[in-house]
Amino acid sequence: MIPTLVTARPEGRGRNGSGLISMADFLQRIAERGDVEAFRKLFQAYAPRVKAYMMRQGADPNTAEELAQETLLTVWRKAGLYSGEKGSATTWIFTIARNLRIDRLRRELSWVELPDGHDEEPSPDALPDELLSQQQRKLRVQTALATLPPDQLEVVSLSYIEGLSHSEIAERLGLPLGTVKSRMRLAYHKVRESVEDLK
Amino acid sequence: MKITHHPDAASLMSCSAGSMPEAFAAVMASHISMCPSCRRDLATMEHIGTALFEKLVPVSVSRPAPVAAMRALEADVDEQDARLAVIAGDVPQPLMAAIGAHLDKVPWKRVGPGVWQHQIALNDPSRGELRLVKVAPGQALPEHGHRGNEMTLILRGSYADASGTYKPGDVADLDEDVEHQPIADPVEGCICLIAVQGRLRFKSAMARLVQPFTGF
Ligand SMILES: [Zn+2]
Repeated sequence: MIPTLVTARPEGRGRNGSGLISMADFLQRIAERGDVEAFRKLFQAYAPRVKAYMMRQGADPNTAEELAQETLLTVWRKAGLYSGEKGSATTWIFTIARNLRIDRLRRELSWVELPDGHDEEPSPDALPDELLSQQQRKLRVQTALATLPPDQLEVVSLSYIEGLSHSEIAERLGLPLGTVKSRMRLAYHKVRESVEDLK
Repeated sequence: MKITHHPDAASLMSCSAGSMPEAFAAVMASHISMCPSCRRDLATMEHIGTALFEKLVPVSVSRPAPVAAMRALEADVDEQDARLAVIAGDVPQPLMAAIGAHLDKVPWKRVGPGVWQHQIALNDPSRGELRLVKVAPGQALPEHGHRGNEMTLILRGSYADASGTYKPGDVADLDEDVEHQPIADPVEGCICLIAVQGRLRFKSAMARLVQPFTGF
């Protein structure tokens, strides 16, 4: 079986291998000494993708660009809250973009905090192990997504990328709400299985 | 706190995607703040969002990095302090901004015998309503004609219905058409946070005539 999603990635898999660590490093440098060059790198890497995300969420190109700028500004402002053990830089930045989108495009409160918000069990484990397992986890999830049946991947994408609620997905696809939810559940079970043996 | 009733995995995913109507997101966030098990699921689900995000074809940006704006900003230390502040109370952390830290200080409004409620204002009521409900011991929770999804989080006391007993931290994540008539704990009563779907399902003029029944 071919993980079509993974091979379809524009920059291929290589970038992932080192991407996580160096992007996290840039964040660290921003946090520690307000490193403007590190920020430029981060901006180049993420702003175009955040813009794409905002457009898929229904923003026009201009608004999407503003929101991308604002997302990265928030990254600059909050870099001190980022902690490498708790998630990849991409996850963190994606979460900031997601919350900003809820706030600006929907004018609602996002309610759910950034992933570093309330982890009561700070991990004393060795950092390299943590990073390795993060990295593995990410690759496993990508592969699991790539092998989902198209109808499951479709509802997951509509939820994550187009920002549709379950009811809106049901309406868009002309499906009963229960079917949308069960496809979401099935997709998640497959993803969870794929990472179960990792810590 | 031993939580036995969790939200549907599909609801957790929608939450992780940031796609839940606000009323439901508020209930989910409150449960998640109390539930390590759902936090673990959510952490795995964040990887789904990240993977799909990374797959997006980038759209080139026309403006450079906002360096001038950055320099105008100081590092956001206040926010970190606010987040670390622990307030002793019985209100889940995500709700505190909306209702304060103590359930007893909520401005309850009596809406019937043994039933009080407090509506939490949301920006767009058409996407759902959020309210705190307090029910006297042994009293049935008010019937509120299911017009769509409904999600309830128990904050104090408990209630029981055909599907079991719900205690603080538990969530009843109900589909439309589920019939239930919960009864509050005979000693402690019950305080819960309830999200119900907005009124978008009733679009016809006919349905509008029925609408007045659906409030508590
Ligand atoms: Zn839970």
